[in-house]
Formats: sequence, C-alpha cells, structure tokens
Amino acid sequence: MQEHLTVDHLLGIKELTEGDIQLIFHTADSFKEVINRPIKKVPSLRDITIANVFFENSTRTRLSFELAEKRLSADVINFSSSNSSVKKGETLLDTVNNILAMKVDMVVMRHSSPGAPHFLSRHIDANIVNAGDGTHEHPTQALLDTFSIREKYGEVGGLKVAVVGDILHSRVALSNIFALQKLGAEVMVCGPATLLPRHISELGVRVEYNIRKALQWCDVANVLRIQLERQQIKYFPSLREYSLYYGINKQLLDSLDKEITIMHPGPINRGVELTSDVADSDHSIILEQVQNGVAVRMAVLYLLAGKRGS
Amino acid sequence: MEKRQLFDSSLLRITISRLCHQLIERHDDFSDTVFLGLQPRGIYLAERIKSRLKELTDIDVPLGYLDTTFHRDDFRRRDSPLRANATKVPFIIEDKRVVVIDDVLYTGRSVRAAFDAMGAFGRSRSIELLVLIKRKYSRELPISADYSGRSINTTPKQKVLVQLKEQGFDEDNIWIINKETN
Repeated sequence: MQEHLTVDHLLGIKELTEGDIQLIFHTADSFKEVINRPIKKVPSLRDITIANVFFENSTRTRLSFELAEKRLSADVINFSSSNSSVKKGETLLDTVNNILAMKVDMVVMRHSSPGAPHFLSRHIDANIVNAGDGTHEHPTQALLDTFSIREKYGEVGGLKVAVVGDILHSRVALSNIFALQKLGAEVMVCGPATLLPRHISELGVRVEYNIRKALQWCDVANVLRIQLERQQIKYFPSLREYSLYYGINKQLLDSLDKEITIMHPGPINRGVELTSDVADSDHSIILEQVQNGVAVRMAVLYLLAGKRGS
Repeated sequence: MEKRQLFDSSLLRITISRLCHQLIERHDDFSDTVFLGLQPRGIYLAERIKSRLKELTDIDVPLGYLDTTFHRDDFRRRDSPLRANATKVPFIIEDKRVVVIDDVLYTGRSVRAAFDAMGAFGRSRSIELLVLIKRKYSRELPISADYSGRSINTTPKQKVLVQLKEQGFDEDNIWIINKETN
C-alpha cells in the first residue's frame, strides 16, 4: 500500500488513484475504531486550523466535517455565505484570502459552481477539500459510500451497483461512478430519461430506465434524492408519478428473488425515493453511511494535513 | 551493511520465559493485570508472553493491541504520515495494572504516545513497560523499562531489525545493523 496521497487537495474522485482510495479506507478503518471509543478524540491535527466555507446550504455534510475536524483536535471556523460579505459582492478569491489571512491551513468548501475548488486550489496556499461543487463532484460522499459497501461486502471489486434517481442534478452520482469504477465495480444508472445526462453511457456505465430490471441486476442500489431545489423546469409530471415508477418500496424488494443493499446519501424524501419500511429495514445501510462519513472525512483531513509539513 | 545477531529462536524463547517469571513475581495471580501490545511489532511479543504465561501458570491475561499513530508528536515532521494499524482493546483499563509491551525501547516517544492513547480506555492503577530490547544512550524522554530482555549500547546510526515468524519469516532472528550512510 502506498505511503501517502498522490494529491495535495481532494478536489474530486477523478484525480485520485485506486491506491489513494485504498489508503484513505485503510486510515478510515483506524478512525472508525477511534470514534467508537469512550473518548473519541485524538490529537493529530492540534496545530491545524480548518475553515469550513459553505457558499451553499448544507447540514449533514458540514456537521460531519466539523465533527471529523474536532475529533482530530483541529481548530475550526465556520463560514456561510448567507449574512456574509458575499452578499455585498465580494469575490470568491477575496473571501477565501481574507479567511486564510487568519492563518488557516485547510479549507473545506462547498460551492454552487462546478470547478470552484479547482480554481481556488490554483490560487491559494491551503489544502482544499471539495465538499460539493454544483452538480460536479462530492468526493467525500463517494468515498464514504464505497467505504460502506466495502464494509458490508469485504471488497468493492466485482460488485454490481445501481445508482438510482436524479443523476442529472446530483454531484454524488459522478463521484460515485468514478470511485466504484476505480475499485472495480460495475455501475448502472437508472432513472427517468429526463434525469439521466444524455452521454452518461460514455463513462462506461450501463443505462436502465426500468427500476425493477435495475434492482434485479444489482447487488447494491444507491438511491439518490430528487433535487427539487435545483430543478428549474419540470423533469417529471409529479412526485406521485415518480414514486410510482422509480420509488422503492417493500413490496418491490420482496418481489425480487435476491437480497440487495439499499443506500441513500440523505436527506431522504420519504415516500418518494424510498418508503419508510425500506429506509428503516435491514436492507438499508443508510445510518452506517452517516457514521462512516465522519471516519472517512477524518482520514482525508489527516492524510492531507500530513503532507503540509510542519 | 554490518549485521550482528542479538537473538535467535532459542535465545528468544529463553528470554521470554525469564520475562514471564519476572512478571509472575510481581503480578502474582494476575487478577487485575492486562497486557497492551504496541503496534506494529510489540503485539507479536505480547502474544508470545501471554502464551508462555498460560503454559507456566494456566492464567489467561487479557491482551489488547494499541496503535499510537494518531498520538505521536512527530506527525507532519515526517516525509509522509505514518500508516495506522488496528487498535483492539476489548476491555476498559480503569483501575487495572497495565503492562505495556513493545519490542524495542529507543527514544521513548512511542511509549509516551501510548500513555496518551491509553487515556481513551480508562485510568489505570499502574503502568509498567516490558521490552525485549532496551537501547541505551538513545532516550529523548525520561522513560525507562520495568522489564527488559536485553540492554544494548547503540548509536543513532544503528538499527534493530526484528524478524519474527509471525511476520512471515522462516525463523526468529533479531539483528542490530549499521545503517548505511551516504
């Protein structure tokens, strides 16, 4: 196994090697043990200051990063664009440079524009962790998803994973496809034609429009949230119709002649993508995903901080 | 590269037996004693101590594996972060007599990190340190071993190379080697 990450920033899964992902997983295994101890904190990052810069709303990702940072003993500052200088017209670079002037070492950033963290990484001397850029990538979500699959099945290679739902507006889908493929899984996307990007098959994924066929094919279904807030036009007639054709319920799962694992990056639109009896069933590893998110983010921050030098 | 053997299988077995007898003298029936082997190689020595004690006394002392990577004080002073190993401490050390076991005592920094890491598992009644090899004149912290298999004079240019069967070697061999200098 390689000694350190090949990258200085975590901008996307596309830039990572399989070795990087395995190193992150190996480190996350150790952090998972740490966060299950009575005292869940280690002093590794006690001399590091991290800014969580969120230009777009997020609750669980920000909380997960904040918890990961605090469990590594880093100093944490939080910035959100609402009620901030961004509203007064300040540029992204100026905003972040002002934060960095406070001697910040790492920046965890969410932004609505694809490529914003890449832009920033070329202009500032801090490690950048992309916490979601528009509909482009959400690398730590993909890492925690694949880590959760590896935890359940032992390894990811050889598994069949269907990514179901709103692929077009999701930043999780692209990162998931890259991560799963790098680890040797077969990937399918399934959803209404209007929510699948036109050239998605060029990424080497299968495309399926029928949910029953997709579930019949896969070992794991990673069900994405319908991103209603990002839809400027109607991509499907109604939530009720979406639920009827693409929602996963207990009846549908029971009718398959196999057991599959259900995942969801949250928050769930209950009754739309998943019914409650599926989301809360033994098939679901949704809460494991949340717990693994902290361990995986600790691993990413630890490994990137280790490359900073003292 | 100059290489001098410190232990072979036979000498290692005798030394482990001696260390076990020293433990028996101090810990009697081991009723409140637990062992913590330090990752990565201290766990092999700890397993052997536990196993030999079982043969000698029929007492099964609880053994945990402790990894100190996240508690080290040289993080970010190395070329790359140390790779973490698994910690498996399936008991609470509250009010226990803990024997920390490692293969080599060198600067003392790993042991200091171990003391820090142990805090997550409770407040022990006492801590003792058992090492197979105690390197002299190399301590950077005021840490000493309560039990040691052998004390050796070393310089910073020397390295102790531990090759045990558990690591995949055909036989046990522990060497002291002179590191090559450019």
